[in-house]
Amino acid sequence: MSVVTEIQPLALPSRQPILSRPAWQILILIVIAIGVLVPLCSLVIPEENPLHLSAYAMTLVGKIMCYAIAALALDLVWGYCGILSLGHGLFFALGGYMMGMYLMRSIGLDGVYHSNLPDFMVFLDWKSLPWYWQGTDRFPYAALLVILLPGLLAWIFGFFAFRSRVKGVYLSIITQALTFATMLLFYRNETGFGGNNGFTDFKRILGFPIWAAGTRTGLFLLTFAALVGSFIVCRIIVTSKFGRVVMAIRDTESRLMFLGYNPLGYKLFVWTFSAVLCGIGGALYVPQVGIINPSEMSPGNSIEMAIWVAIGGRGTLIGPIIGAFIVNGAKSFLTASLSDYWLFFLGALFIVVPLWLPHGVVGLFKKLVRRS
Amino acid sequence: MNVEAPLSTGDEMRTSRSGKDSGRYTEMPTPRFARTFAFAGSLARLVASLFLLFYCGSLNAALTADDIKGLADDDFDVKSAALDHIIAANDPTAQRLLEALQKETIVVTAAGEILIQDGEKFIDPLTGAPSQVSGDGAQSITLNNNLRSRVESGLSGIRMQSPDRATREAAINQVLANSEPALKPLIEAARAKETDPVLKSRLDQLWALTALQDPDPAKRLDAIRLISERHDPQLRGLVAPLIEKKPDGTYVEADEKVRAAAEAALHSMGFEQWKAEMVGTLFAGLSLGSILLLAALGLAITYGLIGVINMAHGEFLMIGAYATYIVQEQFRQHWPGAFDWYPVIAVPMSFLAAALTGFILERVILRFLYGRPLETLLSTFGISLFLIQLVRTTFGAQNVQVSNPSWMSGGIAILPNLILPFNRIAIMVFAFAVVGIAWLILNKTRLGLFIRATTQNRRMAACSGVRTWQVDSYAFAFGAGIAGLGGCALSQIGNVGPDLGQSYIIDSFMAVVLGGVGQLAGTIVGAMGLGLISKVIEPFWGAVLAKIAVLVLIVLFIQKRPRGLFALKGRSVEI
Repeated sequence: MSVVTEIQPLALPSRQPILSRPAWQILILIVIAIGVLVPLCSLVIPEENPLHLSAYAMTLVGKIMCYAIAALALDLVWGYCGILSLGHGLFFALGGYMMGMYLMRSIGLDGVYHSNLPDFMVFLDWKSLPWYWQGTDRFPYAALLVILLPGLLAWIFGFFAFRSRVKGVYLSIITQALTFATMLLFYRNETGFGGNNGFTDFKRILGFPIWAAGTRTGLFLLTFAALVGSFIVCRIIVTSKFGRVVMAIRDTESRLMFLGYNPLGYKLFVWTFSAVLCGIGGALYVPQVGIINPSEMSPGNSIEMAIWVAIGGRGTLIGPIIGAFIVNGAKSFLTASLSDYWLFFLGALFIVVPLWLPHGVVGLFKKLVRRS
Repeated sequence: MNVEAPLSTGDEMRTSRSGKDSGRYTEMPTPRFARTFAFAGSLARLVASLFLLFYCGSLNAALTADDIKGLADDDFDVKSAALDHIIAANDPTAQRLLEALQKETIVVTAAGEILIQDGEKFIDPLTGAPSQVSGDGAQSITLNNNLRSRVESGLSGIRMQSPDRATREAAINQVLANSEPALKPLIEAARAKETDPVLKSRLDQLWALTALQDPDPAKRLDAIRLISERHDPQLRGLVAPLIEKKPDGTYVEADEKVRAAAEAALHSMGFEQWKAEMVGTLFAGLSLGSILLLAALGLAITYGLIGVINMAHGEFLMIGAYATYIVQEQFRQHWPGAFDWYPVIAVPMSFLAAALTGFILERVILRFLYGRPLETLLSTFGISLFLIQLVRTTFGAQNVQVSNPSWMSGGIAILPNLILPFNRIAIMVFAFAVVGIAWLILNKTRLGLFIRATTQNRRMAACSGVRTWQVDSYAFAFGAGIAGLGGCALSQIGNVGPDLGQSYIIDSFMAVVLGGVGQLAGTIVGAMGLGLISKVIEPFWGAVLAKIAVLVLIVLFIQKRPRGLFALKGRSVEI
């Protein structure tokens, strides 16, 4: 008996803090800076002043922040759970479409045809709203749909995929087919989402004119808040005990199963949460860029998200945000000046990053810090 | 992202966009007879004119100057009546007149004499001798489109009795495809005279089309029998009115026997139509399946071997198609006489071009990513973007045109309303030949043995002295080459453009998922199954919903068989 008492109890690793103290400080500083500077520069400082934040720049950064939310969501499943989804663009676009439905309805009678129905329905000679459009003129319901629809679709798909233990490239391919098939569905006029043209020509959101500087600033700040919020929630998830199991699934799923865990619930939660996050990103994206159409669901878009995560550094949460900014910044710069070379550049990124930057920019940074 | 995923992926959609006449399975021009007769409104006028023609036809008198005088009249109805007379006369004089009308060499003098102008001379239309009257200052007779087409078919009607068999055959075919009721007496005359059995049966059918309204029930019965022998569902519209009831409750067709025969004929024609649809669907499914097979075969080999999904696989298809295009252009410029033989060079060239690209990519890039399948996926996607953009800047973003060699155009009509295009048949044969060769290579050669060994257990194979890294390169190049062959095949049925591969790649992934990897049988069944399922669902739900349904089916299917239909057994296949 005495032998047993001498054995030290197995020490669990101490719980990781959500963010380290300096990281909290930096984050709070950034939040305050953005929260004060952006409204100041866009609304108070007059347009002639070089410090003025133009609508173009604000839309661009706002758009990239939405992408960053999507990248964060993708990183949660890919970087932490080992599921490479090539269909996250679908959840992004679905969130956008749900928001778009609300925006279309709030155009009211100001459309081209001055009808209660959205313009494209008048154009298609539809007499009444389809059932799934009912109630979308109310913002709370539309906001609920933004969360529910991508979540539900992801849950159903994930349930069937993870239950039969489909993983790796198989799963990637099937998610790609999923977004491709849905894209084809949304291209049809009969689906009732505006077909080829999608939704555009929005007039107002929550009663505010959508192109007004104040509204835009508000949307920008909202997106920023959503990004910071997503980041913190993701941090909470990955530092929790739950998050450790998720990472164990990524590393060796079969060993975890031998230890008595059932990965299904873990995977399903992370997957569904990620889809919801992506949907929120899409919902914030649509009012800022002012258009949503089925090409957002094209498989290429979803794969591009993966390169944001890869270039930033997957398995870290700051990485995807940096990656989204690097790639999309380069994109808006290159497509404007050297449009023919953008695809070469993007293709080269896809090839070079896995070869020479397996841990992305964040990994490179860590390496440099360690060396110095 | 500038890669636009094409809207349509089904190869039928591609075909319909391409200018080639390959997508027509079912359309064949309905004989104008059928349409005319089916159209009930014109029936009365038609019957009346038939009676008139009977009358004229039975007389079969030689044409007189009075008969043709109407041609000079300003009123087109009068001209038309004169034309009736001429067609009914059915003799060399009539033929001469119709030919002159067709060539627009018929003139009318100020005195109202009708003459045929032959160069400087003028000919009397009735005798064929040089005219006594001077034709100077004569006006030419104008026809409208309606009359012109009647002249045309009247001429064919008369030529049906030509002594030359080829002329007769051409004339009969023309009348069969494009005819009018006025020709009935001519058809009867030709049918009585015809001795050639093939032409005779064709004339029988032609006659039957006109005889459905005959006053004699026995003739109608005969006509129905002949029509139903033709097995052409498009003639249903002709027979269908016979079993309908008039508003007063009596049948359109008074004779009960004829009605029964009509019903039986309709029933058998309905069956024929169903049969044609089934065969058509089956063929379309196999055709799509054989293309998917060519695309998926290489994918399955490389996936089975290195566990890598090659997102750039579709671009190997594109490279193969562009190689075919280059070879075709070279032939067109340098050896136009041998153009029909260009596939002989294009097939190996497309294989080599794609295989070489694959080999280089494997050696330069993919080799360093083994063991990291998800990252390989991304970098192959990058390669795909790169190749697409490269081709776009080299050849332009527009589609290029690859023409079929002449022996591949046209088709075989296995049923009256079902034409199977030769190019699709050729692709099916080609696909199976490629599978056969791949099977031989994989099962009968040393390289194949190594590939199979490495697929099953890489380490064990390496321990036995297999240079697995070399096997990887060769297998990858082989898979790419097969995709190149697929591209060569695709260029024969659709447009060749930089994003050609994108339209097929997802479907071929699905074929691999369905069939499982590492075994040819799996790929064959997967690709063919996918092709058939898509084409069977398509008529009911349309192409898009069919795609979604197929995806749902696959997701449900892998619940039961997560590794596909033909999974490798054993522990080594954990992916």
